[in-house]
Amino acid sequence: MISMLAEESLLEVCAIETHSLADYEAETPRWCKGCGDHGVLAALQRVLRKNNLDPENVVSVSGIGCSSRLPHYLKTYGFHGIHGRALPIATGVRLARPKLPVIAIMGDGDCFSIGGNHWLHAIRYNINAVVLVLDNEVYALTKMQASPTTPDGWKTNTTPKGTYLHPLNPLSAVMGMTNVSFVAQTATWLPAHLDETIDKAWDHHGLSFVRILQRCPVFMPKAFGEGGLNFPVVFLENEHGIPIHPLLRKRGAVQSHDHRDINDAQRVAVTVDPAPMGLVYQNPDVPAYEEIRWQRKDRPDHQTFLQRLETEMDRYTVT
Amino acid sequence: MVATNRMKPMNGPRRIRLPEHTVEIVSDAGEGAQKAATAFAQLCAKTGNGLWTVEIIPSEIRPPPHTTGSASGNRIRFAERSRVTNAGNRANVVLAFNEMALLSRLQADSLADDVLVLIDDQWATHEMEQYQRSYCEVLDRFRAGPAKIIELPLEKETLRHVEDAQRGKNMFAVGLLCALYSKDPTVLDEVIPGIFKDKSQEVIEVALKLAAAGYQYGMAHFEERFEVLPSPSDVPKVAMNGNTALALGAISAGFELCSMYPITPATSASHALSDIFEDFGGFVHQAEDEIAAIGVALGASYAGKTALTITSGPGMALKTEFQGLAVMTETPLVIVDVQRGGPSTGLPTKIEQSDLLHALYGAPGDAPKVVLAPSTIEECYYILSVARKIAEELRMLVIVLSDANLATGQQLFDRPDISKTPPRPPLDLSPVSAGTLPYDWDPTTGLSQRLIPGQPGGMGVTTSLNHDRDGKACYDSERNQRGHAMRSRKLATLQQSLKPPTVYGGPEGDLLLVGWGSTRGAIEEAVDMARAEGLAVSSVHIQFLSPLPPGLKSIFGRFRRAITVELNYSDDWNDPLITEENRRYGQLAWLLRAATLMDIDCFAKVLGRPYMPVEILGEIKRVLHIQRDLAAAPASARAANEGVS
Repeated sequence: MISMLAEESLLEVCAIETHSLADYEAETPRWCKGCGDHGVLAALQRVLRKNNLDPENVVSVSGIGCSSRLPHYLKTYGFHGIHGRALPIATGVRLARPKLPVIAIMGDGDCFSIGGNHWLHAIRYNINAVVLVLDNEVYALTKMQASPTTPDGWKTNTTPKGTYLHPLNPLSAVMGMTNVSFVAQTATWLPAHLDETIDKAWDHHGLSFVRILQRCPVFMPKAFGEGGLNFPVVFLENEHGIPIHPLLRKRGAVQSHDHRDINDAQRVAVTVDPAPMGLVYQNPDVPAYEEIRWQRKDRPDHQTFLQRLETEMDRYTVT
Repeated sequence: MVATNRMKPMNGPRRIRLPEHTVEIVSDAGEGAQKAATAFAQLCAKTGNGLWTVEIIPSEIRPPPHTTGSASGNRIRFAERSRVTNAGNRANVVLAFNEMALLSRLQADSLADDVLVLIDDQWATHEMEQYQRSYCEVLDRFRAGPAKIIELPLEKETLRHVEDAQRGKNMFAVGLLCALYSKDPTVLDEVIPGIFKDKSQEVIEVALKLAAAGYQYGMAHFEERFEVLPSPSDVPKVAMNGNTALALGAISAGFELCSMYPITPATSASHALSDIFEDFGGFVHQAEDEIAAIGVALGASYAGKTALTITSGPGMALKTEFQGLAVMTETPLVIVDVQRGGPSTGLPTKIEQSDLLHALYGAPGDAPKVVLAPSTIEECYYILSVARKIAEELRMLVIVLSDANLATGQQLFDRPDISKTPPRPPLDLSPVSAGTLPYDWDPTTGLSQRLIPGQPGGMGVTTSLNHDRDGKACYDSERNQRGHAMRSRKLATLQQSLKPPTVYGGPEGDLLLVGWGSTRGAIEEAVDMARAEGLAVSSVHIQFLSPLPPGLKSIFGRFRRAITVELNYSDDWNDPLITEENRRYGQLAWLLRAATLMDIDCFAKVLGRPYMPVEILGEIKRVLHIQRDLAAAPASARAANEGVS
């Protein structure tokens, strides 16, 4: 009997310890060859394995667009929603089940354009979730229209003579939002940096906003200096920030940065050339909205529940 | 304070006993007529009368004073019988703080010809000549007919007790009505502190003093009084408005999250819920917009805790894409639409029943969903339990169509039996075997097991794309057809479990009125009046709008004609250019014509207020008169106009 119990518990321990990358793999991704989405998926799978999470206890939520197909390929519970609306759905999951880790995946049009209202308010709610924006600076699934981050003057199907406006700077937008608690930028052509950034975002308590730069090989092959080959970046260095591997130091300058100082962070966030890479801002002390709400609500047993409902009904009872 | 503040019953002038009465109290916005009406309604309820109240609300918070647009107040219909089902006919008594408020009720055709007008006389001698003039002009319009006018020193008497009459006239008015209706003034000692529960003791004492003064004034000056006797009841009664009933009903139904965005006239339901929800283990989330409000509710539902969102027409429009998502992903979800006048901003504070077709067909693509409509304030309490159960068992979107009439009116009804409230079931996170399909549709019913995050073995994507039983996206014709069929089949499954609606009146006859939502009370009262005059008229009320209940065709077939009675727009036969080919029907009529292939006509108007039973009676007579004419008309004309036989 005891040996059986021991065997069972050993099996349980093994089951917990043996989560492999394959445990987080669903169907084969159908993204284009050379698309950065593949790298983000792999990085997410690695962070889930590293944290040894049971796949059934993770929820990924996305909007619409190429990158929003990610929940199809990640073997957790996934919700592939509608354009621009991943964050309200993610907020709903967190409010209902605050113990479930949530990852929200969006594209640049999805998050910054059609979902702009939800994006800014989600930063303020500061729900505890990892929010990844896979920014290829173009609408790709609908075949090359300008997105809010399409560079100055670039030609797309809706701007055949070039875009009219300066691109939106998402980092400076979120750095202006009340309750911002985690802002980082990375790129898929820097896989080690991408891994470290997602890792850091996972460990943060609050909404971790990560903008991931990635080239669309089909519609914007020349973006980001042909996918990072010729794209000026500056790595933000801090002993508590995102580690800069030695090889990365050859890809750009390194700048010391205090990501706890909101003024420094705002200054860094407005620079676009060279693009800051790393942890722009972090404040782990901002409370998460769902936790505030759960702390303030009572959880009465059924008898108390009924008594309270009777008391409420007394207020309206007239005879 | 001193005992003289307290109410004492007095022997006053003679009493006239009445089975029921309807009184309106109107003032400038901000002068407190609504509070006075609430106090008087509670006085009636506590003294054993059945009642129904309707708010008279301007659309602005502080519109220009002393104008018809500023009129704010309440209509109270109260009766000897404990069950009053609608706001009634033209008012018997109106208490107005100024002549423009009074005029607004005349313009709204809300007053009986022989109405008793109680009005503040200060305007007769007011320093503003313009007010003096309009006061005389308005009262002359009443004097021309059988109305009776009593001019009262409302402001003057109030000023004997407080410095600012704006803050006190209303309580003096309550005292006057207490005297006018021979009510026990000591009951106001219970009612008034409740109305001012957030105010200081001093405010309450002053309010009581003013009410007592109003009562004494009335007893001393009215030449006759009225009396509407109570009906004894063993069952405890509650009085509340439909939005409060929805809020309490949401708690009783076991919801833990209501996600909303402010919109008139729905918001007060969320106010009522916000006040107390946390004590019951739930909370109201005020989202950044209407879209996020439904998105958060949908996310919570997906995570296993079926949620609720409450809105009105313009919010429904914004929520349509998410409605499609709920349908496609088969995520249980409940939306309450407290309808108001449209289109666009329309009449934000007033009733209309114009969202029926939008609720049914508003979402893009084929998106079958359940649509229910409560027909009384009492039903507002129970309907969310029904909605939640259907949403969860069928994995469907359920839309509940309330309206501004139910939302802000008050009705007296039997206190719900709380002990029957079932416990909230815990989340079932038990493992499912690997490979369990997220849409394991029963091919007959379309039903399938709902998997929720946290259940081992159930991992997979829930997608807005077309998908098959395994939940994976697919684009081929066959699987697209199957997905649609399975989602649609659930409506048929639900329809099979419904009972045919009960016919009110007789099972057959010359005319059947068909209604939905809050018009029920007025329709049934009109049927009673018509039958009392010997007319073969009945009515049927439809609570399930999608799916429609069984047996409608058979019910309709037993009447020579059937018409819907609804508060939405239809072209009038007599309008220019309107023909049989282009006439637009009321929304229920549209639906029933399509569902039954019967020639169902409609009495559908956008009045911005509930129908009065006498208006419906008028329509009954008009229709039956036409029918009598037709009996003598040539056969071809008869065939073209004949009803549903």
